[in-house]
Amino acid sequence: MGECCRNEIPVMLEVSDVVKEGKGQTSFFFKNNLKCKPGQFVMVWLPGFDEKPMAVSYLSKNEFAFTSQAIGKFTAALENVKKNDRLGIRGPYGNYFSIKNQSCVVAGGVGLSSVSTLIDSLKNPILIYGARSKEHLIYLKRYKHININVTTDDGSFGRKGFTTDILEEMLIRNKNIKIIQTCGPEVMMKKILDLCNNHKVECEASLERYMSCGFGICGKCMVNDKVVCIDGPVFNSKQLNGMSEFGNTARLKSGRKVSLREYHSIHF
Amino acid sequence: MLETNLCGIKLKNPTILASGILGVTKESAGRIGISGAGAVTLKSLCHEERPGNNNPTMFGYENVFLNAVGLPGQGIDSAMKDFGRLDNLNVPVIGSIYGYRIAQFGDVAKKMASLKPAMIEVDISCPHMDYGKPYYADPELAAKVTKSVKQNTGKIPISIKLSPNVYDIKEIAHAAENAGADAITAINTATGMAIDVDARKPILANKIGGISGPALKPIALRCVYEIYETVKIPIIGTGGVTYGKDAVEMIMAGATGVGIGTGIYYRGIDVFKKVCYEMEQWMKKNKVKNLNDIRGCAHG
Repeated sequence: MGECCRNEIPVMLEVSDVVKEGKGQTSFFFKNNLKCKPGQFVMVWLPGFDEKPMAVSYLSKNEFAFTSQAIGKFTAALENVKKNDRLGIRGPYGNYFSIKNQSCVVAGGVGLSSVSTLIDSLKNPILIYGARSKEHLIYLKRYKHININVTTDDGSFGRKGFTTDILEEMLIRNKNIKIIQTCGPEVMMKKILDLCNNHKVECEASLERYMSCGFGICGKCMVNDKVVCIDGPVFNSKQLNGMSEFGNTARLKSGRKVSLREYHSIHF
Repeated sequence: MLETNLCGIKLKNPTILASGILGVTKESAGRIGISGAGAVTLKSLCHEERPGNNNPTMFGYENVFLNAVGLPGQGIDSAMKDFGRLDNLNVPVIGSIYGYRIAQFGDVAKKMASLKPAMIEVDISCPHMDYGKPYYADPELAAKVTKSVKQNTGKIPISIKLSPNVYDIKEIAHAAENAGADAITAINTATGMAIDVDARKPILANKIGGISGPALKPIALRCVYEIYETVKIPIIGTGGVTYGKDAVEMIMAGATGVGIGTGIYYRGIDVFKKVCYEMEQWMKKNKVKNLNDIRGCAHG
């Protein structure tokens, strides 16, 4: 009867450090041991305000962090959290990326924070990373030692254009790539899946949806018949190819299905 | 061995997904069907779209699960387009509805009925009120809501979902039966709260919420037991059912259907298959061939 005692209540943890990563991106560190795998997330509670899922972006023995991008009310409120303040944490939740040789990781924007612990776990990964412009790029120092290909939409750093431009060239040129692992804007990930299908390369993508619970109960994060918080957030090619909603629609907090464009225009 | 007849609906087993757990989308209902449930109750819908409360809206500790989701829902009009119809899934679907005002219950029920669910469940536990008292807490108001729904649902059976947060649940059940209810769903969550001593604040954004999970089971059993002695219509016994033995207890208290919601949290989406297997094991061991043979046997 042991299954009957799950403790999943937020635990107030002290923020050990706050690091500005880029324009609007901030990492919050905790000196706590979190048993977590690449791609998993925690629920972060700002008492009296709200609670949101955040990918674990740094992970080492006795320390972890998440990286927030200020886009809505919650992430704006997080900007006021300082070192030694406390945040409620529960988790980790969700499944995780597989660790395979010859992986190419493709990240768009703050999506890099969802694949950063994966990058840390891989041997000689290739990284393609894109952002709107130079000031939105994060972790550049962190990944100095890695084969990294940067794109910006406006050409202010790296190559002007999109991650998918580089990926397409790479897939044509480099036949050794076995898997593409990605997190970023869903339109980008959809395009990546299409490229993977064309080149017969396995794909894993980490999806984002509005969540209440994080453990498969509230039913708000459904994509077709998949529950993103427990079946995902990482899905493989076969699953992604079976999801008609992937790259097209998402559900609001109310459960109403809308286009991805409308979904992203609302900051919950 | 577990076949159950609920208001003429043939269920392959008595387990029913309780409203509010998954059930936001039609595809999730289908998945629960594959996971072995005898029927699936959708998340409650009303006349308008509601985003619900901020988080935290739910969490669990020890044998307690607390939630205050704030009745989020896309609204019945949007759901009609989203679902199309509800009689073409692999499992009987129970549409759950509510309104703020009594007439709205009828309007929403009519629209839900047009989707052809196997049954309509009426959530009268919402805090909105027409008469200064919540509908679940007053027999006369519960009867008015029941009539308003019954007039709009034709031949589709309706079940009234009762709250345990009342002085006497028997009189509410009796009033619903007299007003035409075909079944009673008992119970909704019992109110409760939790405070984080480090944050010095209630954890639920809504401060107060509803208790479910194993902690709710004794209250649910007591309510089902009392209602069974009061009404003739079938009862969907819901509250804390996690294992096969819990379901057998519910049936012995008098339940026909057995609701499972938070059980998913403790045992996964296939909790339905697990509970059914455990029920069958118990029945074989105790030479019970049919659930009718033990229904209500704890009475008298």
